Amino acid sequence: MSERKIRVLIAKPGLDGHDRGAKVVARALRDAGMEVIYTGLRQTPEMIAEAALQEDVDAVGLSILSGAHMALVPRVLELLKDNQQEHVKVFLGGIVPDEDVPVLLELGVIGIYGPGTLSETYVNDIRKAVLAVRA
Amino acid sequence: MTETDLAQAVLAGDRLALARTLSQVENGTAQGRVALSGLFGHTGNAHLVGVTGASGTGKSSLVNQLARSYRHPGDGKLPRQVAVVAVDPTSPFTGGAILGDRIRMRDLAGDPGVFIRSMATRGSLGGIASATAAVVQVLDAAGYEMILIETVGAGQSEVEIAHLAHTTVLVEAPGLGDDIQAIKAGILEIADVLVVNKADLPGVENTERALRGSLDLAHPMPHHFVHHGQLASIPAQDDKAEYPQPIWEPPILRTVAIEGTGITGLIEAITAHRLHLDASGGWELRERWRLQTELDILLTNRLVEGFRSRLPAGVYEQALEDLLGRRLSPFQVVDKLVDMVG
Repeated sequence: MSERKIRVLIAKPGLDGHDRGAKVVARALRDAGMEVIYTGLRQTPEMIAEAALQEDVDAVGLSILSGAHMALVPRVLELLKDNQQEHVKVFLGGIVPDEDVPVLLELGVIGIYGPGTLSETYVNDIRKAVLAVRA
Repeated sequence: MTETDLAQAVLAGDRLALARTLSQVENGTAQGRVALSGLFGHTGNAHLVGVTGASGTGKSSLVNQLARSYRHPGDGKLPRQVAVVAVDPTSPFTGGAILGDRIRMRDLAGDPGVFIRSMATRGSLGGIASATAAVVQVLDAAGYEMILIETVGAGQSEVEIAHLAHTTVLVEAPGLGDDIQAIKAGILEIADVLVVNKADLPGVENTERALRGSLDLAHPMPHHFVHHGQLASIPAQDDKAEYPQPIWEPPILRTVAIEGTGITGLIEAITAHRLHLDASGGWELRERWRLQTELDILLTNRLVEGFRSRLPAGVYEQALEDLLGRRLSPFQVVDKLVDMVG
């Protein structure tokens, strides 16, 4: 029937309330033809993993500006794995210091997109990563 | 996992299998159809409650509160298993969608007795997606007793939810238009329960009065019976029931969803409607009506597909050209095509 849509969860874990970036990304992914489940502010890793499971998403985007990424991201990855959702691609937006980038990529994050990233960059990365899993 | 395993896992309460089955069904895949066939015999137990109304009236917040109340009923009642299907619109230009109903449903996180699924309309215009009925069947088979279906922000003619739900709740809010809106045909006629949400805002009396006025007018009119009239048509052949309340009068309730005010009353109204459907024979009629709608749609699609595959190559395209060139009318084209295949 219809082509299979790419479904992406966009969430803001942790306590900072700056969701402008998350909304811009959500909009860009929508404009790229994806279905974006937007969950809003102050999500716990548990809430994110649960939503990712119920919504059967292909990717999860986390927006973090609080500096807590080294605690939150590994936890989300771990919970996805516990739920047998290792195939779900995780990407980050927000503020991540350079020295943390290789560590997070090593953990399995597909991309880290700071302020000023062109939307086509992450749109293409996500599409490529998701289609590779499906193939 | 094979498709039959998938269905078995759904019946066994495996949430991952459920989520994947919902995707297969939503995407209309062959695996989805096989799984659905394995699950269909287990459906028919859930009470399907539609929640509809204009954008910004507070549907998602109300669904959140309803689900919470069903999970924590108090009074020594047993909590119900609750599923939420929340529909948001697909962009007609890009095919993408922002599904934002979960934002208002944070209270339900972490509860294994709740399952929330967001759906995009994917081109359907009736307020729900064409796959919503099938998605609801899967959740029904999975054992969810209350299934709350939130439509897209619906204005006037998004009435398809009435074909799917047993009970349709229409949500209004103060200040959203004059009383002529209330007497237009369409969405008001499908409501089993009317809610004026945001009842702490000024103008709530006006909204309530406009709704009440239009309902009072609607009641003695035959057109109201087209929807509820299915109930009125049974007594002749069914002598067993005393109809204590053959016609359901939609109550008008006030709520403030973000504070949880009025939710108990709304739950009571939904339960009362369920009891009314049971007592009046309306439940079976709605089931029949719903399944007939679904059957007709599936049958039409299948017949059209089969028909097209039997047309010689190029004939359909040529017929379309004849239409575009105004050489034949649509009726003539259909006659010609049908004659050709026989």
